[in-house]
Amino acid sequence: MKGNLNDLQKQAQEKWEELEESSFTIRIGTPTCGRAAGSLDTLQAFQERIKKEGVEAHIIEVGCMGLCFAEPLVIIHNPDSGLPPILYGFITHEKVLRLVEGFILGDDPCLELALGTVEFKEDGTPYIPEMPRFEIEERLVLRNCGYIDPLDIGQYLARGGYLTLQKALKMTPEGIIREVEQARLRGRGGAGFDTARKWKACYQMERGPKYLICNADEGDPGAFMDRVVLESDPHSVIEGMVIAAHALGASQGFIYTRAEYPLVIERLKIALSQAREIGVIGEDILGSGVNFDIELVEGAGAFACGEETAMIASIEGRRGMPRPRPPHPTEYGLNGEPTVVDNVKTFALVTRILQQGGEWFSQIGSPNSTGTAVFALAGRVEQIGLVEVPMGTTLKEVIFEVGGGITNGRTFKAVQIGGPAGGCLPESALDLPVDYDSLKEVGAIMGSGGMVVLDENNCMVETARFFVDFLARECCGKCTMGRLGVKQMLLILEDFVKGEGTEEDLDMLEGLAHDVREGCLCNLGGSAANPVLTTLRYFRDEYEAHVTGKRCPALVCKELITYYILPEKCEKGCDHCVLTCPTEAIATDEKTRKKKILQDKCVKCGTCIDVCPPEYDAVIKVSPPDRVKELEGEAGG
Amino acid sequence: MAEELQEVLAPYPVERRYLLRILQGVQQKMGYISEEALEGVASHLKISPAEVYGVATFYNQFRFIPYGKHHIVACLGTACHAMGGQLILDAFERELDIKAGGITPDHGWSLDRVGCIGCCTKAPVVVINDVIHAKMSPFKVEEVLAGLGLEMRKEKEEEEAGEGESQ
Repeated sequence: MKGNLNDLQKQAQEKWEELEESSFTIRIGTPTCGRAAGSLDTLQAFQERIKKEGVEAHIIEVGCMGLCFAEPLVIIHNPDSGLPPILYGFITHEKVLRLVEGFILGDDPCLELALGTVEFKEDGTPYIPEMPRFEIEERLVLRNCGYIDPLDIGQYLARGGYLTLQKALKMTPEGIIREVEQARLRGRGGAGFDTARKWKACYQMERGPKYLICNADEGDPGAFMDRVVLESDPHSVIEGMVIAAHALGASQGFIYTRAEYPLVIERLKIALSQAREIGVIGEDILGSGVNFDIELVEGAGAFACGEETAMIASIEGRRGMPRPRPPHPTEYGLNGEPTVVDNVKTFALVTRILQQGGEWFSQIGSPNSTGTAVFALAGRVEQIGLVEVPMGTTLKEVIFEVGGGITNGRTFKAVQIGGPAGGCLPESALDLPVDYDSLKEVGAIMGSGGMVVLDENNCMVETARFFVDFLARECCGKCTMGRLGVKQMLLILEDFVKGEGTEEDLDMLEGLAHDVREGCLCNLGGSAANPVLTTLRYFRDEYEAHVTGKRCPALVCKELITYYILPEKCEKGCDHCVLTCPTEAIATDEKTRKKKILQDKCVKCGTCIDVCPPEYDAVIKVSPPDRVKELEGEAGG
Repeated sequence: MAEELQEVLAPYPVERRYLLRILQGVQQKMGYISEEALEGVASHLKISPAEVYGVATFYNQFRFIPYGKHHIVACLGTACHAMGGQLILDAFERELDIKAGGITPDHGWSLDRVGCIGCCTKAPVVVINDVIHAKMSPFKVEEVLAGLGLEMRKEKEEEEAGEGESQ
């Protein structure tokens, strides 16, 4: 199959046009999150129905469009209808029949199920004009995500794929680095290091072999950007890697990804073998004389391996522990040779920069943070999913305009940004533009792009405990501050959530957090202070409530709350809570049939609140726990 | 056992950098890393068993006890935590009467926790026998377990019935 890329391109384009003009194209998103929502059942239902009806239709599995809240997502295109492609949301398998009978057999486009139409920008990037979020979004990394079949290199080629590589192979390494420098690209892994500077350092090393590593070890809980990009458009990353390899003179590349992402591994394996087949990786790439191949490495579930020196140790088959820098990997990396480690999205952006020019890229975003930022928006927000906005967009725009605001009309409390070692920012920070420097100023970090929204029902002390617990578990154990400092912070926070903390503990926690920040060997350890310091800074009143009032204002910390059934609201005949309580902790009064919680049996699992019919809404949580005695007294009196 | 181990080891040259991959292979083939396997890997790579143990215990992926017939992984990533993931893990621990990382005495069930599976938009999630269950609640935990438990009891009954017929 190796041959002239232009010929392959032409064939792919013809095939793509044929597809776009053929009578029915049904695109179904089947990334991991889509599958969790049942998209494989939707896929099967379409396949069966189409076969049964004997209609000619192309069913294509695509990746993620970022509109995860509406999964399973389906795009149907019928050029004969005169309509643009239509995007449908929430298409579980039961709705397939309606779509097939309505739009495919009949001429009703089932607009009640539609989220909008799919239009295309000049550069071919799809967008949904009916959704206001697309006015804010600018999709450079996510350009193909959710519209092309990630398992078909032809579809990537048809949209201009690997043409940029062909162009870059004709450039000098210095020329490529110059473009990246002009773009002022900063690494998308979180720290925001100047990419061109890193590349230059490696390029200037006169030793070899040189290595290139793609950091796809997205260990941050609450982040899934890299997963989506690799599941939806793996070739954009591979193309960027080969361009980088040419610039650095690297001969061997690695993609280090997580074992927790089985679909990423499966799709990358296929993508790499297709790339090898058409000769865009391997020996003498596109006849340029450049040799570069990529090996897939599966991580084994260690958060610390996201740090570049730890990742290198892991690829060498050792414990994934960071080492002090300098020397930086560009000097002394894998097997002691010059190595560059960059994030998935950095490579995807390199492809775009070389395609459109560094100058063009530098115009997007803010002056010191150019380009776009991809966020994984999750937690208590309406339209959870993936977002790509120009750097400098405010948090408010991302959460309220793109994300559609807080679920169930609740109140925004905080946004946790930058992964476990990031920070929790309050409402007053919502007007902050998101870029590397602004976030650093307020105590958070850009991180790789996780953004978890918290509302009034989240306890900030508990949230801080959660992150410190995670970091203490994942600490590699090499340096004292990481191993013991983080652990001590955790012990203090555990006391707080149990209501056992003191005023002195509060001061000690703050002091310790500063010591951890200063004294840790690697960034992962040092930034473990961020969740503590930001919550102390912005939500000190909640800490004080736990310490002095022994209560949890958000009604989360188990030891500080009790459940209570309001007698005046409890409907006599309903037994929902009694039947579902896992510990038989709900008693029925023989006379009134009203329910009461037996506190000594209650494990505070929350099932009764879930199952109490909303029209009664009789179960409440109270804090401090003793409050329930007062309530019982009042009810009794 | 020894044969299975040889099958895993055979393709790998004696190079330290393959240690993680070999351990992953062992776990995939045998479900966990037994003491015997650990020593076999060490002697294949000509490094000490302590060295192999040190690497294996560093990474969360490796298990030193077998999986149960049904394997449950509760996600405790940020989004899952914010949406009540701890209550879900608590519910599994309570219902199965084991702690995270444990296995029931009859080897029917094993339970683990994971940092994040990247399925944050469907939080809280659990993975049971490689299938993702989205938007869990403590009540749903009971439902899911009952579903799988019923199946198990049914299998058992069928087995017993089968034995009865053959006698």
